[in-house]
Amino acid sequence: MIAGAALGLLQVFVVAAGAPLLVGVLRTLKARLVGRRGPSPWQPYADLRKLLGKDAVVSETTSWIFRVTPYVLTASMLVTALVIPVLVTRPPLGFAGNIVLLMYLFLLGTFFLALAGLDAGSAFGGMGSSREVAVAALAEPTVILAVFALALRAGTINLGGVVERVEAEPWLAVNPAHLLAFAAFFIVMLAETGRLPVDNPATHLELTMIHEAMVLEYSGRYLALVEWAAAMKLFLFLTLLANLFFPWGVTHLAEPVPVALGLLALVGKLAVLTTLLALVETSVAKLRLFRVPELLAGSFALAILSVMAVFLLR
Amino acid sequence: MARLGYALAAVLGLAAVGGGAAGMLGREWTLAVPWLVPLGGLELALDPLGGFFLALVGAAAVPASIYAIGAAGGAARGVGAYLVFVAAMCAVPLAANVMTFALAWELMSLASYFLVLHERERPESVQAAWAYAVMTHVGLACLLGGMLLLSAWTGSVRFADWRAGAPLLAAGARDLAFALLALGFAGKAGVIPLHIWLPLAHPAAPSHVSALMSGVMIKLGVYGLMRAGVDWLGGGPAWWGTALLLAGVVSAVVGVLYALVEHDLKRLLAFHSIENVGIILMGLGAGMLYRQAGLGGLALLGLVAALYHTANHAAFKGLLFLAAGAVVHATGTRDVERLGGLIKRMPWTAACFLVGAAAISALPPLNGFVSEWLTFVALLQNTQIAAPPLNLVFALGIAGLALTSGLAMACFVKAFGITFLALPRSDAAAGAREAGPAMRAGMALLVAACVALGLGPTVVLPRLAAVAAPLAGAGAPARPALGDWLTVQLSGDFASLSPLAIAAALTLGLAAPLVALRLAGASRRRRLYETWGCGRMLQTARMEYTATAFANPFKRVFDFFYRPAKRLDIEFHPESRLFVERIEYANPTRSIFEDWLYRPVLAGLHAAARSVRPIQSGSANLYLAYILVALIVLLVFA
Repeated sequence: MIAGAALGLLQVFVVAAGAPLLVGVLRTLKARLVGRRGPSPWQPYADLRKLLGKDAVVSETTSWIFRVTPYVLTASMLVTALVIPVLVTRPPLGFAGNIVLLMYLFLLGTFFLALAGLDAGSAFGGMGSSREVAVAALAEPTVILAVFALALRAGTINLGGVVERVEAEPWLAVNPAHLLAFAAFFIVMLAETGRLPVDNPATHLELTMIHEAMVLEYSGRYLALVEWAAAMKLFLFLTLLANLFFPWGVTHLAEPVPVALGLLALVGKLAVLTTLLALVETSVAKLRLFRVPELLAGSFALAILSVMAVFLLR
Repeated sequence: MARLGYALAAVLGLAAVGGGAAGMLGREWTLAVPWLVPLGGLELALDPLGGFFLALVGAAAVPASIYAIGAAGGAARGVGAYLVFVAAMCAVPLAANVMTFALAWELMSLASYFLVLHERERPESVQAAWAYAVMTHVGLACLLGGMLLLSAWTGSVRFADWRAGAPLLAAGARDLAFALLALGFAGKAGVIPLHIWLPLAHPAAPSHVSALMSGVMIKLGVYGLMRAGVDWLGGGPAWWGTALLLAGVVSAVVGVLYALVEHDLKRLLAFHSIENVGIILMGLGAGMLYRQAGLGGLALLGLVAALYHTANHAAFKGLLFLAAGAVVHATGTRDVERLGGLIKRMPWTAACFLVGAAAISALPPLNGFVSEWLTFVALLQNTQIAAPPLNLVFALGIAGLALTSGLAMACFVKAFGITFLALPRSDAAAGAREAGPAMRAGMALLVAACVALGLGPTVVLPRLAAVAAPLAGAGAPARPALGDWLTVQLSGDFASLSPLAIAAALTLGLAAPLVALRLAGASRRRRLYETWGCGRMLQTARMEYTATAFANPFKRVFDFFYRPAKRLDIEFHPESRLFVERIEYANPTRSIFEDWLYRPVLAGLHAAARSVRPIQSGSANLYLAYILVALIVLLVFA
């Protein structure tokens, strides 16, 4: 019981503390790839500290929704960190839900954030909300189908079960269904976490932005929470990609040594995925907003193909 | 006097909850009055499935009636029809023979017809009631056709005899009976493409009636589908379940797509009812397919998912309609483009609407999430049926359900955000006042139901499993393993869920950042200032995003479905075309079903009517001759 609680806290700590570093490393990598020196990887921590020290300026038009949203958003990410296999296959709250729960926990955050975007009554916020929910809604079917393809092989939709199954039979990771599902999920990750080519996290140009437009009214500690939650979302999505598709290192033992090894494995896998993400982000341009659905339709097609591949190669 | 009527309806609802709960627990009860009506007499019987729906009707009628005490404000119009409506809905799931069923069903339809005509001064109401009357009677004709065929083939008008006789009928006969009954019941449930009346009729009625029509009346269509498909006819070939599953997918996706571009608050909710009936049908269809494949445990899961979503939808859709009614009551408009800022003027109503919106968007830990999760778990296990075409149908269902829930979330961000947040867009919204205590009490009851059904699946599921077990066919476990008090555990290790643990974790997760910020020494000051507007001086409601704009990305993505027609009307100044005097822009969508289905059918009907007009000469002698000819023909064939 105590070991379980400690493990849960450790998972949450890894996600919460590691997320800004992940974003920092990604930014540095992207800067290096385009020939700039870029900020230090630790810059996001400094940003967060600065934001926490500032007063929050809140629009008079807003209601309690606006003030509650950063907390709801953070809470949904922290709960996700308890549910998914970050270091161990069966985290303490793993029994509470599965991939379907995960999908809806992310939707919970999006729902409140989109409401907060509308709350201030500016056109920017509304525009960002509208685009954000459109992208989120269109990404849903792909997430669930990609995971369905995995679940078909594992015989369970409990995330820990999927991980254990792929760990037990490593050849599963190189079959076409698995790779197609990975590709589909990767594209969805780009859309859900607001990366290029769907959204540009570095811009504040109103015509192109999605996420940044929605959170435009936030400042001070509220902005710190929103940015921190966004970083955690990226961390969680990459962890899902890493651990569902390449589960080696995720242990089913709640003991110090395997868990430490699991942490090392996670760092290695995240480093690879972050490099991949940086490469993708520096080599593609942002899509026009109304081309994004085509990209998502493409990822949906990949997910369907993956499901069919499972049936055909059964 | 009117208040007394509504109080009576609430008492009736309580009684129905009690009776229904007894039925669900296995208490049997019958009442037969043979002399009262011809053709078998009046016969009522209580069984678990009927008990579930009886309890559902009652549980929805109580808050709606309490709300009505406040909302009607003592106005007498509609009380009688409302009482008849509630009583008839209680009778439908109890009816045990054709005559009783037809009477209760028709009484329910007629009472609701008069309630739809509530504002009979308005032409739209009259038109809505007309469409409703026509569609409901086409449905009734199908139902009676199917029931009379079954009565003739089994030689009995009692439903209990069908249960024994119908499975022995020839396959073609069963198919025909199922098709007719399913058409009739699906029409009442608002399944696409038979939905055409629903978005017209539901918003026209007073809101407490809308809550009942959407919350439970259309569910009696679902009840009929379960009764006919699984109970009377004992499940059929795979195409029955496939048809229901596909109809569910189409209804869910199409319903939510229409809701997205709808800016009349109550019509939007009515379209969401179509969507949710679709989700229920997915569970039901999956259950019938598993049953046909002999997988009793999974069939049970599908049926339980359908029942759970039925109860959940009654709770959150009732809540949303009541809250929308409070908004209409306070502002006099249903157009979301004229609302806004209500969260400050009607905080209670806003909070209630928010709970309903989160529940219908299936956000954890509320009730919509639990039943959509169950439906997902039921659909995801389709690999146990070894038939690739069927697996593909299931995969469509899975993708459709995921898309539906995403779009529903988007739609309720729009509905809540535009209606309640930011600045009011009209004087009516600016002057809105909070709803009265009776209306708030009605809504609060349903909020409690949404939370309880969301947190308590470990308590609710065994009861529902007991209701569905007799219907799940061979191989269904009588007492399925569903986990312990904390966790729902389905199909061994396949899936588990613990809303209580999630709720506790979310609460901790809300508290954690508060504590962390305090420890990190974050600034706790908050400064109020105006919304940033690119340096412009004054913020007005005209600068807010509108519902139309919010829905526009969807309109563009799905333009093959909406087929939007753009109309731009510009009036120039007579001196120069550089000055615009007036500009009007409309971007209405066009309904595929009206254009491609109903219009051709109506045109065909009109043409047929015109072609038989010559025999209507107006001469009495000629009519007498027709009668004579008809009589001779009948005598010859008899």
